[in-house]
Amino acid sequence: MTIDWSWIADHTDDLTSLTLSHLEAALTAVLLGLLISLPLAVIAHRVRPLRGFLLGASNVLFTIPSIAIFVLLLPVSGLTRTTTVIGLTVYSLVVLLRNTVEGLDSVPVRVKEAAKAMGTRPLRTLLTVELPLALPVIMAGVRIATVMSISLVSVATYIGDGGLGQLFTDGFQRNFPTPVIVGVVLTLLLAVVADALLVALQYVLTPWKRRRA
Amino acid sequence: MIQFDAVHKRFPNGTTAVHDLSLEMPEGGVTVLVGSSGCGKTTTLRMVNRMVEPTSGTIRVGGRDVTRQDAAELRRSIGYVIQQGGLFPHRTVLDNIATVPLLLGWNRRKARARAAELLETVGLAADAGKRYPHQLSGGQQQRVGVARALAADPPVLLMDEPFGAVDPVVRTQLQDELLRLQKELNKTIVFVTHDIDEAVRLGDRIAVFRTGGHLVQCAAPEELLARPADDFVAEFLGAERGLKLLSLRTLAAVPQGPAPDSGTWTLVLDEARRPLHWRSADDAERPVRPLGDSDSLLSALNESVASPTGLIARVDADGELTGVTSRDDILEHANRAHAELGVAA
Repeated sequence: MTIDWSWIADHTDDLTSLTLSHLEAALTAVLLGLLISLPLAVIAHRVRPLRGFLLGASNVLFTIPSIAIFVLLLPVSGLTRTTTVIGLTVYSLVVLLRNTVEGLDSVPVRVKEAAKAMGTRPLRTLLTVELPLALPVIMAGVRIATVMSISLVSVATYIGDGGLGQLFTDGFQRNFPTPVIVGVVLTLLLAVVADALLVALQYVLTPWKRRRA
Repeated sequence: MIQFDAVHKRFPNGTTAVHDLSLEMPEGGVTVLVGSSGCGKTTTLRMVNRMVEPTSGTIRVGGRDVTRQDAAELRRSIGYVIQQGGLFPHRTVLDNIATVPLLLGWNRRKARARAAELLETVGLAADAGKRYPHQLSGGQQQRVGVARALAADPPVLLMDEPFGAVDPVVRTQLQDELLRLQKELNKTIVFVTHDIDEAVRLGDRIAVFRTGGHLVQCAAPEELLARPADDFVAEFLGAERGLKLLSLRTLAAVPQGPAPDSGTWTLVLDEARRPLHWRSADDAERPVRPLGDSDSLLSALNESVASPTGLIARVDADGELTGVTSRDDILEHANRAHAELGVAA
């Protein structure tokens, strides 16, 4: 298998726009996933009876194959970017919900009690004590969701989107390996760089985890 | 002043944690709640700042019914110290201490300045302020806990087994510091412990609880040790309560005489007349632990038993020898103290 370097040189503009489009789909999905999972996680954490239902329901969503989700969404949102994003959001939501609930659970009862006893009201306790302390576990979820979304975007090629995934279909159809290899490398690169940035972000956001006695 | 009036607490599972409690905790004094686990002492403490709501009865702090106040605002006006500090692991020591001032709407600079001031009050170095709680020892964390409770200068301080998780040496240090602080600050303190020795050391009044949330006796430490209300209290105070009583009396009133300069044992002093050790005629040496007027009769008795002559060395604030006291004099005073108090057998 040889790489046709001139093809790459001729298509840098296409590759750039595909990469950006790929990244945009994945990141939008993770952000939406975060926005939706946060309140759901708080509910699941605080209202015990709803916890099993919410986590169970999200697990069921996770078992639907990704292609099936896109197909199921076609009557609703058609062959659009919206379909891609909704599908990916569903998956990241599942991961983020579970991690955020676990993160909130991991906050020591003693610390929450102390916050209450100092006269901190519940919302402020959530924002300034519980969420910061849950952050490492939530960030673990964000990292998984991000890498997963970046790899899943390609599946949306079947509905005419798919970012870098389009390179795979292009290469397979023409029996021309270069786009496939380039697509794989760029996807991997995106995932690795995104993950590294998230690790850096977590480092910045959790200064108390840095200096060990 | 904190007043409990016919307070009852039943938990939803049916257990009675506090049974018909009426109790007054005097202003500017340390009231210690003691008893074995499950006796309702912690529940009692937690009802003061509404961490637990009473089932019936009223609790007043400074004359105001606590249940008629906004819970969060009430809690900001009452200092709270819990075991192992309960510090916020994600905030620096300084920001931990500044918690309540910030909740009260102070600006960050003023709150931090106040926190830095308190760091010194509780005996921590200024550079500890920038650290995170996990970088401190257990004893240091506990000090931060006390500083945090004092930050907004509340008149009332609730302390729930604050020194339970530190080793005995550090615990004694922290107790000393608390006594020193209390002399300056005069807070109304409610202190929960299951350690009767801690209660005797710290309490102006001690309330003994029995399982089921019954208050059995509330009295000053001397009174409690001298005349326990019933067998339960006597047993809780332990067989050595007569000796514990001596820990509350100081040496100040016990007479002293000149140190012997001849005999089998003589007391060796350094140039500043500070006692070094006992030396015998054939040059054997035994250690001496000099005592001051503020030391207890119990320490004196202990030292006289260890001393080869039965004499204890008395010193002034500079450690300079002022005289010696014999075991007999100490025992006579101990006996007199018991007689005065009418100690029950």
